[in-house]
Amino acid sequence: MEKGRIITGCLAPHPPHLAYASNPQQNEPKASGAGAWQPLLDAYARLRQSLAAHDYDVLVVHTPHWKTRVGHHFLGVPHFEGLSVDPIFPNLFRFHYQLDVDVELAEAICRQAQAEGLVTTMMRNPEFRVDYGTITSSHLVRPQWDLPIVAISSARTYFDYSDEVGEREMLALGRATQHAIEATGRKALLLASASLSHRHFTEEPEDPEDPSFEHIYNPNQAQWDQHVMELMRQGQTRRLLEEMPDFIAQSVSECRDGSLTWLLGALGQAEIPATIHGYGTVIGTGNAVVEWDLAAQEVGA
Amino acid sequence: MSEGKVIGAYLVPNQALPVLAPEASPGWQSLAHSYAQVRAEIEASDADLLLLFSTRWVSIIGHQMQADPAPDYWVVDEDFHQFGSLHYQLKMDAEFASLYQDCARARGLTARTVAYPGFPIDVGSVATLQMLNPENRLPAGIVSCNMYSDRAETLVLGKAAADAIRQSGRKVLLLGVSALSNRMFGHWIEPASDRIHSLKDDEWNRKILELLGEGRLEDVSQLAREFHRQANGDSKLKAIWWMAAAMGQHNHYRGRVFDYQPVWGTGAALVGLQPTAKAEGGLEYDEDEVDVFVGDRNVLAPQPSKNHE
Repeated sequence: MEKGRIITGCLAPHPPHLAYASNPQQNEPKASGAGAWQPLLDAYARLRQSLAAHDYDVLVVHTPHWKTRVGHHFLGVPHFEGLSVDPIFPNLFRFHYQLDVDVELAEAICRQAQAEGLVTTMMRNPEFRVDYGTITSSHLVRPQWDLPIVAISSARTYFDYSDEVGEREMLALGRATQHAIEATGRKALLLASASLSHRHFTEEPEDPEDPSFEHIYNPNQAQWDQHVMELMRQGQTRRLLEEMPDFIAQSVSECRDGSLTWLLGALGQAEIPATIHGYGTVIGTGNAVVEWDLAAQEVGA
Repeated sequence: MSEGKVIGAYLVPNQALPVLAPEASPGWQSLAHSYAQVRAEIEASDADLLLLFSTRWVSIIGHQMQADPAPDYWVVDEDFHQFGSLHYQLKMDAEFASLYQDCARARGLTARTVAYPGFPIDVGSVATLQMLNPENRLPAGIVSCNMYSDRAETLVLGKAAADAIRQSGRKVLLLGVSALSNRMFGHWIEPASDRIHSLKDDEWNRKILELLGEGRLEDVSQLAREFHRQANGDSKLKAIWWMAAAMGQHNHYRGRVFDYQPVWGTGAALVGLQPTAKAEGGLEYDEDEVDVFVGDRNVLAPQPSKNHE
């Protein structure tokens, strides 16, 4: 078997607003098209265009909206279908999903992570409802739903212990993911399903897509987001990881759910410049669609 | 129509394990038995509505009130999925949900009802209702726990509940679905060996239960911040703030601690509070009193420019 590899890693934020605004047939509510989140929809379109040049066979998603306090969990049932209703924005996201899971790869990551010293569990209950973070990021990256996914929960280590302990765990989970992909011969696309700054407004306009309402929560959030994206652009991965606890603390970042650090760990903390496909706000939070194209790096090397 | 009122309140656990697998742990089994005692007390009361505030239903856009008259679905715990699914068919008081929404808005809060087929009722509410109202003898209401709200906003939400209860004419039992200390074991344990995560958490839980057993709900509400800091309280103990505000912010209660057990390290208690004429205790109060919510104070956001004449 040929050694597997990570083709590309992406920061792929999951505001359900973006799935809503795309008006997919699977989602019950229909958006007005008023355009509040157009920069992010355009960013996802550019990401999809970039990914079209690549050959990959599985999406591996780390999601902040499957929150587990007893370690790291992995979907372990071959097929799920059902209705995912966002308990926070049910007016925007009631999505009928059907998806396949690459259980063999999920089990391999689970075993590798355990070998790294992490607490891991396979989720085998067929009635489990797949979270909207997994669905939104997967849909926006590959709306065809023609490839299996692996979904990894967000362990609460940052919250129950400390940001520093959480960071160490996520780097270990990233390493485990990388090794399992190599060992199973997969060509994988990795998705860190997370926003950057993550302070929401607590009210929304009558038309949630009203662009006159949408802006960043405050300038501090915007400055942090710009700084972090600049580090990504320059390929300063190690500095980004060093500053991650400050970023988390000072910008209420969703990176506290571990997805971005997991991704950077899986990419071997490679110091390669990322492509920022776009940045925009959703109900006050800062979101960037970012790609680390490992395949292009290999070609260029 | 006569004026409605709160006729009592219960603090109940936020975890489903005593419902999913009571036999697995002596503590969970004990809680299951104690739920039965509370259920009997509820059935003997003349309540006509159960109103839940659940820390397991997190909201961002203000406060959400469940208004689907007959939610019918299932929930699988994010951690404890191997213990099975909880299928539910519930009876909600949609009229009350709408009234609660209006009363919350009248006090400056952002609030909305939600009624969508397949909406994921949170596991804490489902477990509570399955244990305390298994036949849907009483209709229920559920209000969410806003992740950004602090004490002031939560008090206003509680007062809005009191407004709605008065206007509705209902006789209401409040159910605060919340852990005390909320530190869980981050690894798999033998359920039979479950214990409170730390001695410190346990001591703080017992102090809070001592006060609640004396009926001193407002005193516990005043202590909530310190408890949260010291014992990793569940969601800042917002359920206590909400209950205390909805019940008049005093200590005029007869308290009864039905049970206190560990559930995966958290402090899980069943406590009843019945209004009485006589006040118990009374500590120094150092928290603000708030009646109307005036919005988030996002001090770093640009302020609208003022016109100078």
